Amino acid sequence: MKKVVSVGLAAVMAVSVAACGGETAETTAAPETSAASGETAETQAEAADGMEEFVIGTTGPLTGSAASYGTSVKQGEEIAIQEINEAGGVKVGDTTYKLVLNFQDDEAKEDKAVTAFNTLVDAGMGAYIGAVTTGSCLAQTDLSYEANILQITPSASAEAVTTNPNVFRLCFTDPLQGEMIAQYVIDNGYESVAVLWNNADEYSAGIHDAFVECIENEDAGLLVADESFATGDVDFNTQLTQIKNSGAKLLFVPAYYGDVSYIVQQAKDAGMECDFIGSDGWDGILGQVTDSTLVEGAVFLSPFLATEDSAADFVSKYEAAYGATPDQFAADGYDCVYVIKAAMEQAGSVETDALVQAMTEITVDGLTGQVTFDASGEPTKSAKFVQIVNGEYTAM
Amino acid sequence: MLTSIMEQLINGLRTGSIYALIALGYTMVYGIAKMINFAHGDIIMVGAYTLYIGIALLHLPVIPAMVLTAAVCSVLGMLIEKIAYKPLRKAPPLAVLITAIGMSYFLQSVALLIFSSTPIPFKSVINLNAVQIGTVNISGITIVTLAVTTVIMICLTLFINKTKAGSAMRAVSEDRGAAELMGINVNRTISMTFAIGSALAAVAGILYICQYQSLRPTLGALPGIKAFVAAVLGGIGSVPGAMLGGIVLGLIESLSKAYISTELADAIVFGVLVIVLLVRPSGLLGKKKLVKV
Repeated sequence: MKKVVSVGLAAVMAVSVAACGGETAETTAAPETSAASGETAETQAEAADGMEEFVIGTTGPLTGSAASYGTSVKQGEEIAIQEINEAGGVKVGDTTYKLVLNFQDDEAKEDKAVTAFNTLVDAGMGAYIGAVTTGSCLAQTDLSYEANILQITPSASAEAVTTNPNVFRLCFTDPLQGEMIAQYVIDNGYESVAVLWNNADEYSAGIHDAFVECIENEDAGLLVADESFATGDVDFNTQLTQIKNSGAKLLFVPAYYGDVSYIVQQAKDAGMECDFIGSDGWDGILGQVTDSTLVEGAVFLSPFLATEDSAADFVSKYEAAYGATPDQFAADGYDCVYVIKAAMEQAGSVETDALVQAMTEITVDGLTGQVTFDASGEPTKSAKFVQIVNGEYTAM
Repeated sequence: MLTSIMEQLINGLRTGSIYALIALGYTMVYGIAKMINFAHGDIIMVGAYTLYIGIALLHLPVIPAMVLTAAVCSVLGMLIEKIAYKPLRKAPPLAVLITAIGMSYFLQSVALLIFSSTPIPFKSVINLNAVQIGTVNISGITIVTLAVTTVIMICLTLFINKTKAGSAMRAVSEDRGAAELMGINVNRTISMTFAIGSALAAVAGILYICQYQSLRPTLGALPGIKAFVAAVLGGIGSVPGAMLGGIVLGLIESLSKAYISTELADAIVFGVLVIVLLVRPSGLLGKKKLVKV
């Protein structure tokens, strides 16, 4: 009997500790209002200073292998909300709204994302920015449609994300990235290119498919190796050996920076000397590699670069608040808040139907460029290439 | 083409020898305690984090940090046995199995609480230049991995076959009751087996993070499972079987990834396991057991 009890206790202990580790939710308002807003705020609640509160919900990874994306989006949003509230909030008709951010950690996992989204709905969210990663976002779009909430994703780039009429996207799509990178390869006269992609991830597969199609339309002999891996893989030696022996001059890796950090390390160990090019998931790579010379000269797509003059004000505020240089995800989060503000003002209402209607009528001049949205939820905007030079992200 | 095959074989040997190191821990513990220690994979993770603490946080020199890592893992292995498995020695095998799985989750969750799930970059402490033989390139870490595993396997074989403690281990694995009657301290022998197995896992952990240079609380799970498969493939309970099983597994994995399909690699590995077990149920080098009624 004693033994049965001890086995039971051991099992319970293991499970309960696992549960503790899994959940890390965070509720934050803009820094100077956090004391007033409390744990959860009701959409129509009357705040202390006479303004009504409008809750913007977001889910994204604050922990886990993609934590950099979620943290950046959250901090970008906080800066934007602070700016808007300091300037007197958002005037909608006769009412002035103070914006409040409720950010839930989803660890970039689908199941956590669904729970996190439901938590936000229960907390009375008025509009939703998210999810940060593609897989989580796809798991949420039907929920947001059923709950009838305006959804704008800062960075989920799979085409299927914007299928529902209430969902909009701020970043460019996966196929567009694939096409732009294919064009870059052709324009720069590379004779041979290899691609290493994650075939278990919609984001990576979307970019890969468009890229391969474009390259093969141009010259079928250009693509000398097409290798894949699965989410969670840490050993890429086999694929890299194949790529190395194919003689490719350029390796295209459409993947998140966590995978990329393993790939560039192992490519160096295998004695590879080809150039690297990546998708926008590469943003954050410098924080994850042990040695920045591994990615020296690598090129990737990004809508935002902190060293540009137009971003100076945002960058200085961000650095003062968080002691870090903002990346494109921070800029995406910041722009999303301003898009919601613009939609609220245009709609003259905070009802979802009016907000969705207003989305196609607004033009927002954001950090990631001027953007307009069409009825299918897609943005019209441009992208730029970023190169890593001397361990810094620089514009090309 | 020849270069490519050679390089893929070396890739396979390197991953295979890490699997073999881990598989030795599974197989030794199974031989002596007749249980599958599913927490073994997570000892690798503890080893990796200990090395990280030693080098990045305590700024120890490389060799003392590695010794510390092996010591911490050995003590942890013995503690786990004393606290979680010893009280269950007479319990049904299923209870022990569930406890081992619980222990695995426990270690992962503690690491998750302390270090969070964000991967920590860790610069390799083994910095050896790559060697070029003809057109074949062999990285420094590969050479170190192969050398270390070869030396460890030779030492372990000598230890088991030539020393008194090794004889005691073999005697306990053959017949625990008889060994006890012959004056062998069974508890001490079992503790020693866990200590050696965990020290091997610590070495695997060190080699693992020097190769992949990134720490996560779940990093031991996958190599742990693969090494378990290797131990079964080679014949669980057999020390040479674990070595052979690990290397065969690494080679099959690498070659099928390279020349058949990345997606099918795991299916092929497990397919081979199924075929081997159908033909030889006790594994490649496992002993056939006669059950007397």
